[in-house]
Amino acid sequence: MTDYNFAYLDEQTKRMIRRAILKGLAIPGYQVPFASREMPMPYGWGTGGVQVSAAVLTPDDVFKVIDQGADDTTNAVSIRRFFQKTAGVAVTEATTEASVIQTRHRIPEEALREDQIIVYQVPIPEPLRFLEPSEVETRKMHSLEEYGLMHVKLYEDISQHGAIATSYAYPVKVEGRYVMDPSPIPKFDNPKLEMAGIQLFGAGREQRIYALPPYTKVVSLDFDDFPFEATKADHACDLCGADDSYLDELIVDDAGGRMFMCSDTDYCGKRRKDGHVGAQGVPYQEDAA
Amino acid sequence: MTPLLQVSNIAKFYGHRIGCTDVSFDLYPGEVMGIVGESGSGKSTLLNCLAGHLTPDTGAVRFDTRTDGLRDTVTMSEPERRMLSRTDWAFVHQHARDGLRMNVSAGGNVGERLMAVGARHYGDIRATATDWLGRVEISEDRIDDRPTAFSGGMQQRLQIARNLVTGPRLVFMDEPTGGLDVSVQARLLDLLRGLVREMNLSAIIVTHDLAVVRLLADRLMVMKDGHVVETGLTDQVLDDPQHGYTQLLVSSVLQV
Repeated sequence: MTDYNFAYLDEQTKRMIRRAILKGLAIPGYQVPFASREMPMPYGWGTGGVQVSAAVLTPDDVFKVIDQGADDTTNAVSIRRFFQKTAGVAVTEATTEASVIQTRHRIPEEALREDQIIVYQVPIPEPLRFLEPSEVETRKMHSLEEYGLMHVKLYEDISQHGAIATSYAYPVKVEGRYVMDPSPIPKFDNPKLEMAGIQLFGAGREQRIYALPPYTKVVSLDFDDFPFEATKADHACDLCGADDSYLDELIVDDAGGRMFMCSDTDYCGKRRKDGHVGAQGVPYQEDAA
Repeated sequence: MTPLLQVSNIAKFYGHRIGCTDVSFDLYPGEVMGIVGESGSGKSTLLNCLAGHLTPDTGAVRFDTRTDGLRDTVTMSEPERRMLSRTDWAFVHQHARDGLRMNVSAGGNVGERLMAVGARHYGDIRATATDWLGRVEISEDRIDDRPTAFSGGMQQRLQIARNLVTGPRLVFMDEPTGGLDVSVQARLLDLLRGLVREMNLSAIIVTHDLAVVRLLADRLMVMKDGHVVETGLTDQVLDDPQHGYTQLLVSSVLQV
């Protein structure tokens, strides 16, 4: 632990990031610009999330990394190793044991507690970006609360698909003020954005940090006659039998065989340990790969 | 009767060059005013100053707001001005693609202003959009097509529908028929004339096409080098031009 400063970034940088985080918490949903640093990973792999995590980690923290719900994919494994190496913090795969969770594309199925922080990796923080290319104009729209354009996107969805087809990065309104991109989480997770934990969002390439303090009111945008729906695959998990968790669809052969399984691997594993078995599952065994 | 728009001593300079200077006029409800002049005479600068796109260096533009009566739009706060520009004002650009969202369907383009002022019922928005497309003679089955799939004339009509959907009281038009062929121009003018009369709109039309003002405008203002050189009733100015430049302008129109 002498090769790096604790958690990789120097203390001045962490201080700068913490200022941005505090400002973000003070103005929920507002995108705070910050001087994003070069990180030893490419943009798009979570440079924003990693910087926010580095700024909030303390030596006593227990760290968990999620990539698309899983703890064991490349992105999750390398970011977890990165902080093991540069901060020497304890790591875990269990949602309940973690104090800081960095995530990409999912919110854990288990509700977070007040003593937990969840850090999101955000590719494009500006919800209005694909409708209004000018940053000057989008900032003005945020400051003047001109959000009609966001509904134009939803209108287009309905006119083309008969329903709101936006299924991830579904725009939300925070405390009746700022419209925010919740990062590319499935819209199934949108209701979970009102939670007890602190939520921090970091976009490295776009140099923005925003945040949701605990119990912040978060409303998904919709139309009166096309209300918001948190959708998921209409199925139960084939491994653990859960019918209330977000599912991944897995093609298992070239003859149309498929299975659905929880995208949250920790949640699924825990349920199987507790004796739940899904349609294609086998009873839980210790050390079974 | 209070004027809808009261313009006094507007001037806009680009460094030492004059954009437009010393412009004053009143526009009353239901009145259509034309501004003509050659390229570079300051017509568009003036229009942009009136519509709040440019800040004039001196002068006041007072608009008769629904709630507070005459208010100076130059000094009012930006949120108020932007609110006006999506409710009581409309701006029709010369190039439809400046005034439309080209990657959003026709229905979405018309619905945007409705959603911007708080409409949140998809069915209602779509019904209104369909109605307006009909009024500008765009068939209903094109509602989900993007403006990129429309002809120039249709784009211009779509832009007009998009602007008029919230029932504005004042419409700014910058060369609305520029770049369209003559038969399409004629239909567009016919449509505009109908809408202006039907909705009792006030309008300020900037153009260099004297035929457009002859058809649409009640009053005419002739500009040259940033100054207003002649004003009066349209027919009076066109049939009996007093100023040398106006005489040149009128005599330059090609007779077929």
